[in-house]
Amino acid sequence: MFKKDITPGPKTKVKSSAQRGIRQKVLDQYPQLEPYIDDIMPKKEQLDLVKLPDRIALYALSAVPLFFQHMDDPLLPHLTLIHRYPHCFTRLRIDRGAIRFVLSGASLMVPGLTSAGGRLPGNADDTEGRYGGKDGGDGGELDAGEVVVIEAEGKENACFVGVLKMGTGEMKRVRKGQALEGGHYLGDGLWQLNLA
Amino acid sequence: MAEASSSSEFPKKVVYCGVCSLPPEYCEFGGTVKKCEEWLEQNHPAMHEKLYSQEAIEQNLSALSLDAQKRAEKDAQKKAAKAASAEAKAQEQRATSKVLIKRIERNKRKYVTAVQGLEQFGLDIKKVAKDFGKKFATGSSVTKVPGGGEEITVQGDLSDDILDYLTETYSDIPEDNVECIEDKKKKAAG
Ligand SMILES: [Zn+2]
Repeated sequence: MFKKDITPGPKTKVKSSAQRGIRQKVLDQYPQLEPYIDDIMPKKEQLDLVKLPDRIALYALSAVPLFFQHMDDPLLPHLTLIHRYPHCFTRLRIDRGAIRFVLSGASLMVPGLTSAGGRLPGNADDTEGRYGGKDGGDGGELDAGEVVVIEAEGKENACFVGVLKMGTGEMKRVRKGQALEGGHYLGDGLWQLNLA
Repeated sequence: MAEASSSSEFPKKVVYCGVCSLPPEYCEFGGTVKKCEEWLEQNHPAMHEKLYSQEAIEQNLSALSLDAQKRAEKDAQKKAAKAASAEAKAQEQRATSKVLIKRIERNKRKYVTAVQGLEQFGLDIKKVAKDFGKKFATGSSVTKVPGGGEEITVQGDLSDDILDYLTETYSDIPEDNVECIEDKKKKAAG
C-alpha cells in the first residue's frame, strides 16, 4: 500500500460531528480500545484528515497518525498506535525468516505463519492465547477480510498490519498462497511520513 | 478488574531508533545496522546489551536454516552497500552544492535577502524560514523560484548575519559553499 514514499495532501480539520462518527467506528471495529479512547482521541482535541495518494485518508491528532482508510474499507491502525496498545488488536505472528520480506514490502505468504516460528490461532505453544481472535467456539479462527496485526518471532513489537486474504482455518489446510493484502509495514512510506 | 491495573501499563512506551526510525529490534533488517548499533549503545545502553549480546545473535541465527541464513546475509550486504552508496552520494552532493545568499534592493535603502540552495543540504526550507524569522525578528517566508525550487525571502539586509547563522547552526554546510551576492534593482533585462 505504501511501498513508495508518499507526499501528503493538505490537512483538513474534521468537523466535530464527523469526529464523533469516526470515534464510534473505531470503537465498533476495535472494542478493546474503549478504556483508552479518551487518551487516543480526546473529545476536545481537533482531529485532522490528511489525504494520501490512491484515495487513502489518514486521521491524525496534531502530528500523531492514528488510523488510515482506503475509501470505505475498514479503518486500519497506524503501527505507532499498535505499538502503544498492542493487546487491543487481533494478532498473528510470522517466523523470523519472513521478517525481511515483509519489511521490504513483499506480500506476506502463508508459510510465514504456518511454520514453526509462526503463530496462527490456537497454536499449542501460545499458552497465553496471545494470537488469534476471541474464541467464539471456533478456536479463535479468523475470516478473510479481518484486520490483523502481525508480530514476529523473537520480536516484541508488531511489524505489519493488513487485511486477511484467506481465513486462518484455510491457511492451516492449504499452507500456501498470499496471507494478507495491502497494509502498512515498518519503514514504509506511511511510516516515514512526517506530519509536523 | 484487569483493566484498572493495566491502564497504567498503557500506552506502552516504545523506543524508536534515532538512525533508521524502526524499533531497535528491527534495525538488523535495515542497511544501517552499524550506525544503529552505535546510536543504541549511546542512548539506550541496557537495550543495546540485550539486543546485541552474543547470545541474542546466536539465538537469531538458530531460528533460520543454514540456507536461509546465507540468503539473509547476502541480502543484508546488498542493503548495506546500497545505504553506503546513498550516503556517499548525499555527501558528494553536499560537497558540490552551493547556498546562495542574495541581497536584493527593493526600494532605496530597503533590502530583502533571498537564500537559495538549502534543500540540497537536506534542510526543511519551511522550518528554516521560520527559524530565520524568529532569530532575526523579521518577516521570513518561502517563495517559489521560477524554474523550480524554493527560496527563503527575509525582510531586511541580513546577508552577513544569515551567513554566520547558517555556518554556525548547520555543520553540514561548509562555509566555502555559501556565497553572498548582491542583486541591484533592475539590472540588465533578463
Ligand atoms: Zn536503527
